[in-house]
Amino acid sequence: MIQADLNIILPEILLSVYAMVALVAAVYTGKDKLAPMLTWATAGVFLLVGAWIGMNGEGSNVAFNGMFVDDAFSRFAKVAILLSAAAVLVMGQEYMQRRGMLRFEYPILVALAAVGMMTMVSAGDLMALYMGLELQSLSLYVVASMRRDSVKSTEAGMKYFVLGALSSGLLLYGSSLVYGFAGTTTFSGIITAVGDEHTPIGLLFGLTFVTAGLAFKVSAVPFHMWTPDVYEGAPTPITAFFATAPKIAAMGLFARVLHDAFGGVVGDWQQIVALLSVLSMFLGAIAAIGQTNIKRLMAYSSIAHMGYALMGLASGTAYGVEAMLVYMAIYVTMNIGTFAFILSMEKDGQPVVDIASLNMFSKRDSLKALAVLLLMFSLAGVPPLVGFFGKFYVLRAAYDAGLAWLAIMGVIASVIGAFYYLRIVYYMYFGEETDALDKNRAPVLQVFIVVAAAAMLLGIVNLFGVDGAAQAASAALVN
Amino acid sequence: MIGLEHYLGVAATLFVIGIFGLFLNRKNIIILLMSIELILLSVNINLVAFSSFLGDLVGQVFTLFVLTVAAAEAAIGLAILVSFFRNRGSIAVEDVNVMKG
Repeated sequence: MIQADLNIILPEILLSVYAMVALVAAVYTGKDKLAPMLTWATAGVFLLVGAWIGMNGEGSNVAFNGMFVDDAFSRFAKVAILLSAAAVLVMGQEYMQRRGMLRFEYPILVALAAVGMMTMVSAGDLMALYMGLELQSLSLYVVASMRRDSVKSTEAGMKYFVLGALSSGLLLYGSSLVYGFAGTTTFSGIITAVGDEHTPIGLLFGLTFVTAGLAFKVSAVPFHMWTPDVYEGAPTPITAFFATAPKIAAMGLFARVLHDAFGGVVGDWQQIVALLSVLSMFLGAIAAIGQTNIKRLMAYSSIAHMGYALMGLASGTAYGVEAMLVYMAIYVTMNIGTFAFILSMEKDGQPVVDIASLNMFSKRDSLKALAVLLLMFSLAGVPPLVGFFGKFYVLRAAYDAGLAWLAIMGVIASVIGAFYYLRIVYYMYFGEETDALDKNRAPVLQVFIVVAAAAMLLGIVNLFGVDGAAQAASAALVN
Repeated sequence: MIGLEHYLGVAATLFVIGIFGLFLNRKNIIILLMSIELILLSVNINLVAFSSFLGDLVGQVFTLFVLTVAAAEAAIGLAILVSFFRNRGSIAVEDVNVMKG
C-alpha cells in the first residue's frame, strides 16, 4: 500500500533527497568552490526528472488517500517547471559566478523550490497545497535576498517576504473556513460538499480568501504590488527564475483548486477571476509605459501576461484550461529568451538595465537584435508569431464561454501593451547613437536568445505539439 | 455556553487585527512579523474550533503543520530582517523605500 504511494511521488522524493545530499556535500567540502558544479548538476537532475515524468507517466494516479494527484495536468506543469528551472540555472550561472554571487545555496534552494512547485501542481488536499506552497515560497524569499551585501536585494527579499506571508495567511484563513464548512480538506470531498443545491455561505467566503491568496502568488492586480520591486531588486538570474517556473506552478495550483475543489460552482468564481484578469491586463499594459528599467518593465509585462492566462481560467471550461496551459508554455519560452538577453546587457562589465542603453543596438549585433525583435513582437502578440497564438487561444476560450466583453478588453489591453514592446525595438533600430553596450557574446546566452526567438517563428507550424499535451492535461483536470 | 461561533469570532477578530497591523503600521518591521504571526495563529484557532465541532482530527493535524511552517517562516523573516538591517542600518518601515512602488 505505502509502496504504491511512494512510487507515485518518487520524482519529488528523489529531488528532495538530491537537494539534501548536495547541501551536506557542499557544507563538508569547499563550500562555494562546489557551486558551479552543483548548478550544472542541479540543471541536469531537473532535465532527467523532467524527461522521466514526461515519458513515463500514464493515466491518473492518486497517492496518500487523495492528498497527492499524479495526472496528465500535473505532469504537463511539472515538465514545464523543471525544464524552465533548468534553463534559468544554466543561463544565470556565468553571470552570478563573475559577480561572486554564486553561492552553493542557490542551486539547492532552487531545487527545493522546484519540489514545492511540483507538490503544488499535484496537490489534492488543502494540507498538501499549503505545504507545497510554503516550501516554494520560503525558498524563494531566501533566493530573492541572495545578495546579502546589496540594499536592493535584501529590500526585495523583505517586501517579498511580508507580502508573501500575508498572502499565505489569507489563503490559510480561507482553507480553514473551507475545512469547517465542507468538513474535509480533500478536494474530492470539498467538491461533493459544494455540489449541493445550496452552498453554505462560509464556503464561498473560504473560496474568496483562497482565490485572493492565490492571486498574490500569480501577481494578479490588485495583489501585484510586490512584483516590480522584487523583480528590480533581485539579481537578474533570480528575477528570470521568478518570472518563469513559480508562475507556472501558481497558475497550475490555481486551476487545480478552482476545478478540482470548486468545479461545481463555476459561476461563483468566474466573476472574481474575470475581474482579476481585466485589471491585470490593463494595469500591466498601462503602468509599463513609463518604465525605463527593463526589469521593472518585464515585471509589468508579466502582470499583463498573467491577466491573459487568468482569462483562460475565467472561462471555466476544459478548453479554457488548455488555453491557459498553452499560454503559460509560450510565455515561459518568451521570458527565457528575453531574460537571456537582459543577462547579456552590460557596459564595462557592469550589468545595465536602462532601456535607453539599447540605442542602435542593431548596428553592433544584428543577429541578437533580430532575435530580440522577434521575442518582443511575440510578447506583444503580433500575428505571425507564436505569442499571437497564445493570445488567440485564451481569447477564443473566453469568447466561447460567453465572456465576449472579457475577450474585447483583452484585445484592447494587448494593443496598449504593444507600445512598450515596440519601443524597445524602436530603440534598437532607430534610436540615437549613444555609449555602446559591451559586446557580450557569452555562448550560453547567445544560444538561449536565438533558440527562443527561433521557437517563436518555427512554433507557428504546430506549436511543437504543446497544444496536444495541453489538451490531454486539461481533459484530465476538468471532467 | 461558549459555542463554535464565539471561537470563530475571536479568530476573525485576531485575523483582522493582524491585517490592520500589516497595513496601518508605519513604525517597525518587527511589528509586521508579529502581525503575520497573529494571522497564522487566528487560523489555528479556527482550525481547532472546527475540528472539535466536527469531531474530526484532520483540523488538528493541519494546525500542527501550520505551527511548524509558521516557525520556519518567522526564522526566515528574521534572517532577512537582519541582513536588511546590516545594509540599511534601520528597520523602520518608512526606510524600506530604495525602490519606489
